[in-house]
Amino acid sequence: MTDVLVCVKRVPDPTGEVVLTDDGMRVDGRYAGYTTSAHEEAAVALAVQVAEASGGTVTVLSVGSQESIEQIRAGIAVGATDGILVEADADALGPVDVASAIAEAVAARQDAGTTYGLVLLGNDAADTGDFQVGIRLAYLLERPVVAGAQTVETDGGTATVRAEGPEGTEVYELPLPAVVTVLEGGVSPKYPSVVGRMKAKKAAVETMTWSGTAAGAGREGLTVPEPPPSEVTVIGEGPAAAPGLVAVLKELKVVHG
Amino acid sequence: MAALPSSARCVVIGAGIVGNSLAYHLAELGWTDIVQIDKGPLPNPGGSTGHASNFIFPVDHSREFADITLDSVRQYKELGVFTESGGFECARTEERMEELRRRMSSAKAWGIPAELVTPEQVAEKVPFLDKDVIIGAAWFPTVGVVDSLRAGTIMRERAVEKGALTTVPNVEVTGMRVENGRITAVETDQGTIEAETVVIACGVWSPKIARMAGARIPLTPAVHQMISVGPCEVLAERPGEITFPIIRDMDTFCYERQHGSDMEVGSYAHRAILWDPEDIPSIEQSKLSPTEMPFTEDDFDPQLEQALELMPELLGDERAEIRYAINGLLSLTPDGYPILGETPEVKGLWSAAAVWIKEGPGTARAVAEWMTHGNPEIDLGHSDIARFYDFQRTRAHVKARTSEAFNKTYGIVHPGEQWSSNRNVRLAPMHASQKDLGAVFYEAAGWERPHWYESNAGLVEKFGPEQTMPREHEWDKRWWSPVINAEHLQMRETAGLIDLSAFAIFDVVGPKALEAVQRIIVAQADVRIGRVVYTPVLDETGGFRSDLTVMRLAHDHFRVVTGGAHGMADKKWFADRMPEDGGAVVVDHTSGWTTMGVWGPKAREILSAVTDADMSHEGFPFGTCREIEVGALSVLASRISYVGEYGWELYVPMEAGAALWARLLEAGTPLGMIPVGIGVYGTTGRIEKGYRAYGYELDTERTLVETGMSRAKWKDADFIGKDAVLAQADEAPKAVLCSLTVDDHTSASGTKRYMLGGEPILTRSGETLTDGHGHHPYVTTAGSAPSLGKHVLMAFLPPEQAVVGTELAVSYMEELYPVTVAAADATPLFDPSNDCIRGRA
Repeated sequence: MTDVLVCVKRVPDPTGEVVLTDDGMRVDGRYAGYTTSAHEEAAVALAVQVAEASGGTVTVLSVGSQESIEQIRAGIAVGATDGILVEADADALGPVDVASAIAEAVAARQDAGTTYGLVLLGNDAADTGDFQVGIRLAYLLERPVVAGAQTVETDGGTATVRAEGPEGTEVYELPLPAVVTVLEGGVSPKYPSVVGRMKAKKAAVETMTWSGTAAGAGREGLTVPEPPPSEVTVIGEGPAAAPGLVAVLKELKVVHG
Repeated sequence: MAALPSSARCVVIGAGIVGNSLAYHLAELGWTDIVQIDKGPLPNPGGSTGHASNFIFPVDHSREFADITLDSVRQYKELGVFTESGGFECARTEERMEELRRRMSSAKAWGIPAELVTPEQVAEKVPFLDKDVIIGAAWFPTVGVVDSLRAGTIMRERAVEKGALTTVPNVEVTGMRVENGRITAVETDQGTIEAETVVIACGVWSPKIARMAGARIPLTPAVHQMISVGPCEVLAERPGEITFPIIRDMDTFCYERQHGSDMEVGSYAHRAILWDPEDIPSIEQSKLSPTEMPFTEDDFDPQLEQALELMPELLGDERAEIRYAINGLLSLTPDGYPILGETPEVKGLWSAAAVWIKEGPGTARAVAEWMTHGNPEIDLGHSDIARFYDFQRTRAHVKARTSEAFNKTYGIVHPGEQWSSNRNVRLAPMHASQKDLGAVFYEAAGWERPHWYESNAGLVEKFGPEQTMPREHEWDKRWWSPVINAEHLQMRETAGLIDLSAFAIFDVVGPKALEAVQRIIVAQADVRIGRVVYTPVLDETGGFRSDLTVMRLAHDHFRVVTGGAHGMADKKWFADRMPEDGGAVVVDHTSGWTTMGVWGPKAREILSAVTDADMSHEGFPFGTCREIEVGALSVLASRISYVGEYGWELYVPMEAGAALWARLLEAGTPLGMIPVGIGVYGTTGRIEKGYRAYGYELDTERTLVETGMSRAKWKDADFIGKDAVLAQADEAPKAVLCSLTVDDHTSASGTKRYMLGGEPILTRSGETLTDGHGHHPYVTTAGSAPSLGKHVLMAFLPPEQAVVGTELAVSYMEELYPVTVAAADATPLFDPSNDCIRGRA
């Protein structure tokens, strides 16, 4: 049985053009709304798979404001069991701080009787892209870590982790407990069902606080580069457009052949 | 892609359902050189059309909406994009069942197929609905869904084929050029288009575009939440987009609509979430489209639970995922009607905004007709952009009213229901006195207007139930009081003092004033100074644009007095028809004058007590006006009546209103005069006299002949609509306005019921009647006639039925009540010889 902790961050939806806050320190979600990073959605899906296969539980953790509970519940809606909110001003924290806050939560749960055999995180956050929290967390927990994984399976005391790299598929086996950071692509995240959403609304979310002092991210500011010029090409009209459309789909590798 | 032309006969801004339909209908009506632009790409530029749920329930309590929707459906069918699915409006409560019975009335009145059904009948057609959750439903077999994007594409293509239209997408409007009050060009990020006619059909962005020209389109973008759940096995098994009827779960303000293998659940139950047009993101900034805002799931959670309750198996399937969820933006207006017509601020700049999918093509046709020859076939009186007063165009007003109205989208709204937000905006000078007298205030064009006075409550007992006709049923007496009828009777016995501050008042002045007024009104305007004429105002087809009174105050000075609700549209109608050379102009005095009326057998005595002027019938004949002195106040007195009694409308500057009111109360009270509310003026007094009201009996679809207002002879001078009037005079009318009395009010349960208006008139045995227009008769005004001890209905009947004594029935809440035609023309039911008005009674 593997109990899994999966860590998510509330981030502005990154699908549209990036809009910065007035002070230029953060990405703003006022138009696009807030979501969970795609890597973390994949991590949640993998966590649910692992827990279901082993009969364990999934806890979704987020470090952030009360609003982050929305992302925690989104994870519960697609199969997680419960949640932890480490209440903090996420913008004031750097990767060092977040790793420390998660480590403290893992320890607190351990004291309460739950040892997470597996801690999953996204490879990096969609807004800040620090690429650090997973590695730092593993160091603090003194556990092995694999970064950039796309699938995870557990069998007794061992986790098998696959990562697609440019040279092929890398396969790791590591002893549990372990930390894995996830890249999207290995699993299809689910949308919640109506029942899942309602269950999530009622599920328990424990609020914790972090005892540390924030070191911060050391960020000076963000700038948005000029967007690349967007070109509209009309492929054609009616049935005559079909061959051109097929060519585009092949180019995008949506269809093969 | 077409290059942006540098000039056009007409620029249509927007390529949603409205802009596309409008471009098409303008081309159909012979317009050429139309240029249509949109900021977004085709066929879905990113506005509200792109995410619409696209279903159409044709039933509505408003005739204007129903007619426009029926025309839209006809057009969608002709375009081949309509799929009939049928639809249910389900009731979970008895209160809702009663509302569905009322929906039946409206459906019958507008000729829309409908029937009440049992939960079992719903479940037969929608097996995944839990029939134990509902207690009944209304079935509308002609409900369907449309492909509004495809419809738009076809309409654009047709206009292009005619050689009439150039559509250029991805063009952003950056400015509007206005010279001397006229639109001259549209400025864009890709160049300027010179044009004398520009239509704003930009949905939620319309206010922003209008502001560039100094015009105002008072709508607000508002969120309508919708989710799509699927794939649902039972839906996926069926072919096509929709095979199951659409469900409106009325009591939860939600709908469930099949869309392929998904079930869409939409809500009007959440808090009102309003946006400013300026804050809507660009196409690049938005995740899906600018009008598909991020879903705020907390707002939707209660609805999710209710939807699950209604369709437990379908929506409870763990494999069916919420795969699409949006806060979709749509347009809301402060009074719920679209915003159509030429803007009052800028000539040549038109608005076709706040129009939903179900009204799109029908509205566009009517607006195109309006733009082409001025006279849309379907009356658009309620939607005229000119209707708004300045305060109604403020953001605060728009936000207050739309916030209040949003949850009424599927709500049960009483026909007399009053707004609770943004009240006390326009106060009559005698407001404080009215409060002291226990006035119950209703709103009219922002004015707080006494509907009746609680200080008169004791009169109900005096006159007794035979005449005051107290109502038993909660619905019938909601927003009503028997005190209205008691005030009516007291006025007919002694006199009543009525606040008429809500009138709109404007003057036509200048050397050509007579010529201008003569051309606009039907009645003879070339009368001696000091005459007052009541007159219809017609359009070119002989339909009513208004009815109002005109006082000739000097050889070059006419004063027009008209109803508050329609006053601003009337003002635009007059102003648009002033001579080009400035020889006559319209000057608004609405906020300068207050008006009060004194009517009744004692009116003469009361006025004589406060003035030395000769107030006798001979000395101050009916239909005349003059200045009189009331103490130190100079008062313009006008001897006319809308309640059928001897008396005057008294006009004083706003600041003198309180003093005159007090003086009249002081002099009148000892003689038995009471303050009387607008319940008498607007309904009971009027209906007893058979007076027609604009917006009820009179609109552009009605003629002088049909309303019994034709004349034996017409003035020699030309006037707008004269040709049509002369032609109509020789034709048999297709419908005739009648007054009917209700013979028996007793319902099956023994409760006496009183119709409120809008109900269908049928044969005694309940068969449908159809007039020469193909319309079915319905009650245009319903109200007590206390002097007759009767409840009176007005309705346009087919000529065969328009005979005094004809026995018919009115359908109210799905029960028939016997009625009899009491007048088949404008003959008053009370005092038909008008003795009271002349003071001879």
